[in-house]
Formats: sequence, structure tokens, C-alpha cells
Amino acid sequence: MTNQTGPGGDVRLTGIAKTYGAFTAVHPLDLTVPQGSFFALLGASGCGKTTTLRMIAGLEEPSAGTVHLGDQDVTALPPYKRPVNTVFQSYALFPHLDIFENVAFGLRRRGLKSVKKQVDEMLDLVQLGEQARKKPHQLSGGQQQRVAVARALINHPKVLLLDEPLGALDLKLRRQMQLELKRIQTEVGITFIHVTHDQEEAMTMADTVAVMNAGRVEQLGSPTDLYENPRTTFVANFLGTSNFIEAEVDSKSGEEIVLKAGGGKLVLPGARCSAPATAGGKVLVGVRPEKISLTHADDAGEIAEGRNRITGRIADSSFIGVSTQYVVDSPVCSDFEVYAQNIDRDPRLVPGAEVVLHWNPAHTFGLDAAQDADAGVEEAA
Amino acid sequence: MSTLTEAPPPLAPQAPASKPPKRRGRFTPYWLLLPGILWLVVFFALPMIYQASTSVQTGSLEQGYKVTWHFATYWEALSAYWPQFVRSVLYAGTATILCLLLGYPLAYLIAFRAGRWKNLIMILVIAPFFTSFLIRTLAWKTILADGGPVVGALNTLHVLDVTNWLGMTAGDRVLATPLAVVCGLTYNFLPFMILPLYTSLERIDGRLHEAAGDLYARPWTTFRRVTFPLSMPGVVSGTLLTFIPAAGDYVNADLLGSTDTRMVGNVIQTQFLRVLDYPTAAALSFILMAAILLMVTVYIRRSGTEDLV
Amino acid sequence: MPFVNWLKRNLVVIAGLLTLGYLLLPNVVVTVFSFNKPKGRFNYEWQQFSLDAWKDPCGVSGLCGSLSLSLQIAVWATLGATLLGTLIAFALVRYRFRARGAVNSLIFLPMAMPEVVMAASLLTLFLNMGAQLGFWTILIAHIMFCLSFVVTAVKARVMSMDPKLEEAARDLYAGPFQTFVRVTLPIAAPGIAAGALLAFALSFDDFIITNFNAGSTVTFPMFVWGSAQRGTPVQINVIGTTMFVVAVLFVLVSMIVGNRRTRQKA
Repeated sequence: MTNQTGPGGDVRLTGIAKTYGAFTAVHPLDLTVPQGSFFALLGASGCGKTTTLRMIAGLEEPSAGTVHLGDQDVTALPPYKRPVNTVFQSYALFPHLDIFENVAFGLRRRGLKSVKKQVDEMLDLVQLGEQARKKPHQLSGGQQQRVAVARALINHPKVLLLDEPLGALDLKLRRQMQLELKRIQTEVGITFIHVTHDQEEAMTMADTVAVMNAGRVEQLGSPTDLYENPRTTFVANFLGTSNFIEAEVDSKSGEEIVLKAGGGKLVLPGARCSAPATAGGKVLVGVRPEKISLTHADDAGEIAEGRNRITGRIADSSFIGVSTQYVVDSPVCSDFEVYAQNIDRDPRLVPGAEVVLHWNPAHTFGLDAAQDADAGVEEAA
Repeated sequence: MSTLTEAPPPLAPQAPASKPPKRRGRFTPYWLLLPGILWLVVFFALPMIYQASTSVQTGSLEQGYKVTWHFATYWEALSAYWPQFVRSVLYAGTATILCLLLGYPLAYLIAFRAGRWKNLIMILVIAPFFTSFLIRTLAWKTILADGGPVVGALNTLHVLDVTNWLGMTAGDRVLATPLAVVCGLTYNFLPFMILPLYTSLERIDGRLHEAAGDLYARPWTTFRRVTFPLSMPGVVSGTLLTFIPAAGDYVNADLLGSTDTRMVGNVIQTQFLRVLDYPTAAALSFILMAAILLMVTVYIRRSGTEDLV
Repeated sequence: MPFVNWLKRNLVVIAGLLTLGYLLLPNVVVTVFSFNKPKGRFNYEWQQFSLDAWKDPCGVSGLCGSLSLSLQIAVWATLGATLLGTLIAFALVRYRFRARGAVNSLIFLPMAMPEVVMAASLLTLFLNMGAQLGFWTILIAHIMFCLSFVVTAVKARVMSMDPKLEEAARDLYAGPFQTFVRVTLPIAAPGIAAGALLAFALSFDDFIITNFNAGSTVTFPMFVWGSAQRGTPVQINVIGTTMFVVAVLFVLVSMIVGNRRTRQKA
């Protein structure tokens, strides 16, 4: 993470924690969100991401730790004194006020008298100028969502917090609003902290994603980094799908680790192994389904040298247009998932066919074998 | 207000010990409750205790009353006034059943069939509330007058023969008979039945009727198997809201009945305000309260809807 | 048999409308008999049409005095019960505290108690304390039994209110007081209004509790009760009819205004 400090300043959480009686919602957590970035807190419900967000907003008092905005310690400030605004889950628009007054609410509370110009401009920005005098319940879900964003943004907060802002919208509208929010963020340059359980949403919108699980940040990084180099099975499963093979470390030669799994050998780049790899130790070898190629066993000889390979039998295949998804039974792993792009379809690849799975060793990642290989599978569903 | 919005997760209730020290307003709820609860304690709960103590006192109006733990008052009151107790339960029970039979179709009509007339009918159900119920009860004297059209019609249809046989009426008269009292009670507490019924019917998803129809249920079966069970909360609170006040009522028995239709409310009223035999009146009132609380508790338990409040 | 089928389909409607007729019949009688010119002291039999009572509604001694007393008591009881009840409702919905169950029971019991029991026990208290029965004892009693109904009405409304709305207000620079005035109160207002209206109707129309605790003070229901024993003046019907018409008009107008407002904004 970078350490630049600007006029708005970074959001800095230091040792922040929240407990309810014996239950710990958020374990002591250090996190820095650089100014101007689009930051996502990603995790399943109950993982502590919303609590973390609410502590930044001031709606929840941390049990320990501090919240800094730039150089200012805001831990003790009530929400109405923090230069932070929130777009609430299901929006929390004031039902008794019209759209104009909803958007003007923050300005009026800070004692501004003439708000008309600002509010009109803001409503135009979110394309709701026509609806100013309607009540919230007369708007569609997407429109309400834009009001909620406008109501928060008009106050020029240093940080905008978004709590599952798109959760109530249908898929198509959600896609549209993802782009819309991203556009607004680029335009206004304000720091956005976005809480979501939707990994796709987090990856499309955010510059940096923190994956949370059971009150802790499991891993933090750019979307590509998290996807390509997961450091825990939870991250590997929560973001997309991963196949895992339990393997034994055979030898370590320079940059490469050679592993034994079943009867065969697999190669794993040393830099992509987050587990301590000592000869004889166990490692979980992971590979994403779309990195794997599938070749019929009869053509096994045509596979290039130097690729990791596993044999198996196709248990199931489903054609989904852009790709075909196979489930392969192999001695080292029972449900190996393989996504093959539909470029040249081999008609022999049907359930029951003997196949060889092979992939570039550079796409392999190694994880500590002491964890549950299925962590995060349920939550991601 | 700083604690207004704390929402502990369902996993673990918030233990007070873990609260940060600077939380304001820990006593706020008590301050909010204090005036109202104090009012209820002093003017509702405390009087009950006074009444309990009065019921075991002996003495006379001239020499004053003393607590002598004279529980015999209860026995004396019961043995002297058991017919009035029985009558109260009978009249109130009959009125409650009639309210349910009469009120259900109207509540159903408002909830599902009224269309754009819904609001108007609703107003017409509530509006009589705003005319003093005593005036409206007196109107029944006119409606049920001897030789009037209503009594004439009932006579022609031989309804009076049936009610005579049941002991609800006597001869060609309706006024000053149990039937008149039950009729007045039914009328007076009918809105208390209709409103809760309507509320619970209103909540029923109309698509359930379609689903039942789709699954080969005839309209009557749909009602018996789907609508009625789902409206049970309304039935339970409606019957309670009707039965309780009806059992304690003395206005209808006084205005529309005769000395033979006196209910326990009439006795309490007379003992308290005319005879000034306070111990007997207090004992009667206490028995009535206990009986009703007991019946209500049993009824709520049996109907399985305890979250009425 | 199209008629029988029609009857089958509309049986509920017919039964419902009959019930509605049963409910409204006394009001019709009250209205019609407000134009009667009775022979004796009692206004139970139709004699001849007359506008006498409408021309002189206060023509009976004590009638209008009792009416204004009832109105006064109803206004004060409504204010008192609404204030105390709203506070309790907020405490019950928004806070967790000990003795919650006890408080809930204390609220519920007055509604589950026959009026005559409350009336008699309250009188015992007043007699024991040597209190002078009259305006104040009536007011105290009315606030007591209206309180629970207000709590129930307000509680329902506050409970259905999204706590996030208040968080949103605080997030948008409204302090605790501003949040309450600008957001909480306006949203809870319909519930408070409903509770107040109910309290007003209950207090204004109460007879049993008032009968016990009024002493020699005469409220409007007490006046009607007394006249039922001594002779019913036609003016009672005039007042009853007026109350009914005013109530219906009040509801209709507020509904039409409400409808128009939503339609304009739509």
C-alpha cells in the first residue's frame, strides 16, 4: 500500500476491533485506504465488513483502536461531525421528504440557506432533475439508488462509504450502476469504500480489494493479484473457482518446487507458494479451471514438455455458450473443474472419456496444506 | 439518542460489560418510561391492591372499615350473585359468537371484495364510534319497541317462538329480555371484532386463494383450509376484545334489559355506588377480574397465539 | 340457475352488507328521531316531524355544559395520554432494558381488564385517599385507560420504522436533536396521530369509568345516562347526529386531501 497523504488524506484504521460480549465481529485490524482510491471490502455476510464500514462512519464505536482521516483522529467523533457520508443498504431515503429535500438534507443541517443551485446540479449529475418533487416510494429501485448517492455526494465528503449499494437491484441494473458509480468516482475523485459480498462487483469496480473472513482481512490487493495469487483457500474459493491437489514436496531446485501427487510430478514456481515448502512436507496445489487444457488420452503424446499434467476421466460436461465446463474425476482430486473455450471442440470429449489435464506450471499456486480446501466455497455461492 | 441505533448481531446479545465507557443515555429508557409507568402503577396497579385489601375488610360505612382478612365475603358474594356471574358469561359468550358470525363476512368483504368502496365501508364501520355509544344503545329501545316492525317481523318469521323456547325472550316482547341485552352487546362490540379480523385478513396474500384454487380446492374448502386458519390471530384478538368488555358491561343490561337480566357489572355498580357495600363490591370485582384473566390465559394458550400484544 | 349462482358468489357481500346495516341502523334511528316531537318525556316513539331541537340544541339545562366538560376532559386526556404513551412506546421499541416484560404486561393489562373492574378499584383508591371526586379524578382515570392504546398505536409505527433512517440523518450532519425533530418525529407522526385520535374517542365516549369516579360532575355520557332514567330530550339525538356527521366529514376531507396530495406529486 502506498503512503501518500493529500489534502483529504488516507483513511487509516489502526488496531480497530469490535466485540459484542463474547462475540468478536472484527478482530484488531490495520488498514490504510489511500486517498482517491476505490476500495472494496469483500466478504460473506457476517464477516465484519459492514461493522468495519460503520466504524469508519461513526455509527458503531470501536471496542479498540483508532480511525484517522488524514492526520485527524476521528475515533471519538459522532457521525454528524465526520466528513464522511454513507450510501446505505436499501438506501434509507427519508420517506416523508421529497427527492429534493432528501438531497438537500445534509446541506441544510450544516446551516446552508441557499441550496437550490447545488441540489439541482447534483440531481442533474445523477439524471434525476425531473423527479425532484417526487417522494422516494414513487421512484424505481435504480432511481432511489442514485438519490442515495446524490444525497451523500452533495456534501463533498472526504470519503464515501457504500454499504452493499447495489444489493437491491436486479442483475442488469446492477451492471449498469457498477459502471455509473465507477464513472462518478473517477469524476469526483473522492475515496470510495465499498462493502459487498459480490466478488464480481468488487473486482470490476475497485482498485484494491480486501477480502474479509470471520472478522479478519484474509488478503488485500488488486483484483488481478487476488485472483492470480490467492494466499488462502478462502480467497481462492471466494474469488472464482479453484481446484486443489494435495501434494508432497519432493525437492526444491532454485526457483522451482517439485511435488509428488498420485503417481505424477507437478512443478510449482517458488514465488507462488505461500506455504513453507520443506522436502517431505505437504502443500495444497491450486489451479484455476480456465488455465487448464483438456486433451483426449489418445493424443497424450502431443502435449508439450514441461507442462503439469494429470490424468482422469470426464464425469460431466455442460455447454454454456462461450465455454464448456467439464468435471473430471482424477486419482488426485475427485471433482476437477475445467473450463474450455469453445474454439475447436474435440467431439471425443464426452462424459466417460479418458483425458489428460495439463497446464503451464506458472499458473500453479501453492497454499498451506493445513487449511480446509473448501473454505469459502459455500459463502461464494 | 446516541444509543438509538445499536443493532447487536443475532449471534450474541450485547453484554453491558463490553460497552465502551463513554456511552451516554444508559438511563434514557428509564426516563422515558418513568412518567407513564408511574401513572399506571399509581392509578392502575395500586388501586388493584387497595381493592384486594378492601375485599377482606369488615365494618360499616358509619364506623369505617378495617382489614380483618374476612375471606368469607368472597363466598357470600359468590353464593348471592352467582346467577349474575353465569349470566355475564352466557350473554358475553353469545354476543362474542354473534359478533364473529356477523363480523367475519363484513371484514372479509372489506379485505377482499370491496374494491374502491373499501375506504367508505371502513369509515362507516368506525364512524359510529364517534356518536356516544349510550345514545346509540338507547336507539335500540326504539328499534326493538313492543309492537314495532322488528318485533313484528321476528314474530311473523317465528323467530320469537325459537327464542322463547330458548328462554331468550318472553311472549311478544324483545325489549327487557336477554335477547335485547345480547343484541345490544353484539352491536356495541362488533367493531372490536371487525377491525382485528380485517387486519389479519388484509395481510393474507391474495395469491394464496389462487394457489388453493389451482390445487383443486373449492371456494369453501379454500376458506376452511387457507383463509380461516390464516386469520386466526384476528379471530383470537377479536374474540378477546369483544368478550372482555362485554362480560364487564352493565350499560346494555340496564338500558335494554330488566331486573331479570342483571349482569355482574350491574351488581358491582349498584353495590359500589348505591348500596355502598364496598367489601362485597370489591370482592365481586376481584372475582370478575380473576375469572377473566384466567379465561383469557387459557384461551390464548389453547389457540397458540401468545404474541398478541 | 344464474340467480342461484349469482347468490352463491355474492353471499359474502350480502352478509357483509347486512352486518353493515346492523351497525348503522341505530345511527339512522338517532338521526331520524332528532326530528321528532315526542309526547312524553321519552323520545322512543315517532310522533311528528319537527325542527325544534335543531333550532335550540342547548335548550335542555345541563346538556351543553356537560358536552363542553366532556370535550375539555377529552382534550386534556388526549394530550396527557399521547405524551406519556409516546415516550413509553419509544422506550419499548428503541432500548433494551431490564423489566421489559413487566412493562409490557403493565401496558397490556388495562386493555384486558373489564372497565368496571378498573373503575371500581380506582374509586377504592380515591376513597381511601379521601380525594375529591370530580374533574381531576375523571381526567386521571381517562389518561390511565387511554395510555395503553396510545402506546400500542405508536409502538406499531415506530417498530416498522427503519432504524437506518436515523443513522442516515446522523450521517448527514444532523445531531441527536435535529435527527429527532427532522426524521424520527415526522415519520412516527401518523402513529402518534392515530393514538391521539383513539384516545380522544375513548375519553369522550367513556361512561363506565367516569360513572364511578365523577362524583357529582356530569360529563356528556353521564348526562345521557341520567336522561335515560328521567326522560330523553330530543337534543341528545341532535348532538349524536352532529357528532356522526362531523366525524364522517372529517375523515372524508382528510382522505380527499391526502389523495390529492399524492396525486399531485405523482
